[in-house]
Amino acid sequence: MSWDWTTAADVLAAACLLLGSFFALVAAIGVVRLPDLLSRMHAATKPQVIGMLLVVVGLALSLRDPASLGILGLVVLMQMGTSVVAGHMVGRASFRAGQVRHDLLVVDELSDVLSDEEPRGAP
Amino acid sequence: MSPKVTPRRDGSVKPSRYRAVQPGALVWLTLVWMALWGDVTPMLVVSGLLLAVVVCLVFPLPPVELNLTVHPWRALLLTGRFLIDIAVASVQVAGVVLRRRPVRNAVVAVDLETTSDFVLTGVASMLSLVPGSVVVEARRSTHTLYLHVLDVDDEAAADRFRARALAQEQRFLAAFTPRPDPATEAGTA
Repeated sequence: MSWDWTTAADVLAAACLLLGSFFALVAAIGVVRLPDLLSRMHAATKPQVIGMLLVVVGLALSLRDPASLGILGLVVLMQMGTSVVAGHMVGRASFRAGQVRHDLLVVDELSDVLSDEEPRGAP
Repeated sequence: MSPKVTPRRDGSVKPSRYRAVQPGALVWLTLVWMALWGDVTPMLVVSGLLLAVVVCLVFPLPPVELNLTVHPWRALLLTGRFLIDIAVASVQVAGVVLRRRPVRNAVVAVDLETTSDFVLTGVASMLSLVPGSVVVEARRSTHTLYLHVLDVDDEAAADRFRARALAQEQRFLAAFTPRPDPATEAGTA
């Protein structure tokens, strides 16, 4: 019987890696196609989360090495931890700098709040 | 909250290293050290612990008192639901990127129910990691999150997103319930 566990894991790993790469490609296309900075951030940071997760799962399945599991887990944790903060900082700065296409917004509940308040340093 | 300071003999003050070495941080940093080496040996545990102490002393952080009740089973459910949300939303965002129709967005304010900073941070992070929404502004004073949401066609869709965000908060609260803090209770009364 040629269809044993290692083959199954390899096939699953290949599927995960391909799917992950597909989401990374979609992210790249999104950066080119979407109209403004905040929309592009959705494309650039978010399909990348699942792309990264799938690639890491694929790697874990194909390496099958307990020693590498720790470092792969760290990759996921660090990526998720930092992309939240980075995404928020870029989004906040771009909104405050006026880099927003207001004509694309259906609802905007922040601009009024921001224009009312006194300028200050800390949030 | 003002930082703790210790006075020197000549009267000047320096920031205190009091409780800079916290056990939780030590365990975590040692685990990271062993994960980076990809091995567990007594030598690595000892060197990792030493390095963790040095890191804690060089980069001291204030201790965070979470004051939470954790429900492990509900936390597991929260994680599972979160991964499903990520998968579904990733496909949706991919659809938005690849389709021909131009995209319409919204900036939605979500007023969270709780006053806990930890819940605000946790909910904001999870909403941010789920594709299609990014936190552009967070108000600690009113516990309001302002999120930029991709692909919102009308007001009804914005309201649906707000309901989703509040449901996320409820799931988070079910998993991590803040204990009532005597200090803030007395302050608000």
